[in-house]
Amino acid sequence: MNIRKILQKTSSLLAILLLILFAAGCSSDKQKKSESDDMITLDSLEINEQLIKDVKAVKEIFYSLPSPLETAMILKQAGAKYNEELLNPTDNVSKYVTNKSMALNLGIYTTDLSYASLFDQTQATINYMNASKKMAEGLGILNAIDDDIIGRLEANINNRDVIMDIISETIMNSSSFFEENDRQALSTIVLVGGWIEGLYIAINLVDSDVDLNNNELVNRIIDQKLTLGTVFNLLNQNLDNEDVKNVITNVEELKTIFDKIEISTSKIEPVTDSQTNITTLKSKTNISMSPKTFSELKEKIKVIRNNYTL
Amino acid sequence: MKKIFQVLIILTIIALMPSVGNAQCKSFAKKVCKAELTPYIHDGNFNAAILTEGEDAELYKTFYAGQNYRIYICGSDALPEIEFQVLDVNRNVLYDNRKFNYSKMWDFKLEASQQLIISLRVKGTEGGSEELLSGCVAILFGIKEN
Repeated sequence: MNIRKILQKTSSLLAILLLILFAAGCSSDKQKKSESDDMITLDSLEINEQLIKDVKAVKEIFYSLPSPLETAMILKQAGAKYNEELLNPTDNVSKYVTNKSMALNLGIYTTDLSYASLFDQTQATINYMNASKKMAEGLGILNAIDDDIIGRLEANINNRDVIMDIISETIMNSSSFFEENDRQALSTIVLVGGWIEGLYIAINLVDSDVDLNNNELVNRIIDQKLTLGTVFNLLNQNLDNEDVKNVITNVEELKTIFDKIEISTSKIEPVTDSQTNITTLKSKTNISMSPKTFSELKEKIKVIRNNYTL
Repeated sequence: MKKIFQVLIILTIIALMPSVGNAQCKSFAKKVCKAELTPYIHDGNFNAAILTEGEDAELYKTFYAGQNYRIYICGSDALPEIEFQVLDVNRNVLYDNRKFNYSKMWDFKLEASQQLIISLRVKGTEGGSEELLSGCVAILFGIKEN
């Protein structure tokens, strides 16, 4: 075979490879669009007024779960106390070797990190940042948590504002990395891991003698019924991923229990304070949950969380 | 042979365009938009996309009672103004930035947790140019302790 033939064959193979890559790119991008996008067909790919009209009809949909940082702030605001025994021990990092377990525990460790830092637990904050770093490295997230970030964390360990900013940056680095590299399924699994950890910490901090219908921490747990729909929508965007299918099964089990909780909300009235320019969304919510349902929820969350961490 | 290489170069550029756009979007959100959340802390979530004038987007999120939130909508300079509304689940309008000179941010808190919809639209250029402008649009959330 002469050099010219080899070059020709190589070029053809490269062209085919690039075509496949291009097609894959288009197909993954399509998953982000709403159903109305299906109206755009190849026949319309002619640059004319109709195309401009069609492009203008495209809609991007985002589903946003509470980040680990927000989860920790919600817990603290609701009166949660710090209990390190509830966190996933950092010694467990070596157990997580699959993409699914590393993604789930990146979410879990980042939530533990946020929780520890909000309660000014300096050593735990450093330990959980290192555990999160190991999970991120295992998933191939380059520079999400690098030595510079660890150094900044240690240098500012008594400055909570800086610590919060560093944690926020690491969460953003991870989520944007998955987005840029077309690994949205893993990004979703990370978020669900963090969400389950938040639920696990919260439900285990509720005292046994508490009035279930008049407790802020219990209310925030019940509020997760509102978030369930978002969790499903996020997971359903990545149904072609086997790990996502497994996680959906867990969330469906939780939904069965959350369905037994009743929430009714009055109409929302926005009222803006002219001095601070902050609007308060005024509304009333009625919640009803039986002690039996709370026990079922607690047990199910424990089983799912232990399944993710052990 | 020359034609094959030309096709290869074009396909390579097209294939790489989405990731380059996303990387630029992250850099834009991190360097330009995040600072505008101060004194609120960015929650860390990354919600950004390349949008073209006239395109719209929606974000669904639960906001929790007792928390202080700032929504910041950040569009690259190349884009026209961005309209944004905050709606409840029945799509009643709670906030519309067109009434506030296309303000990019809204600070609020809630008496009861609610799922809300952030609906935004990149305005079309007046006169309707054939050349559509595109750019990064980021939706960022800031949270603040009481």
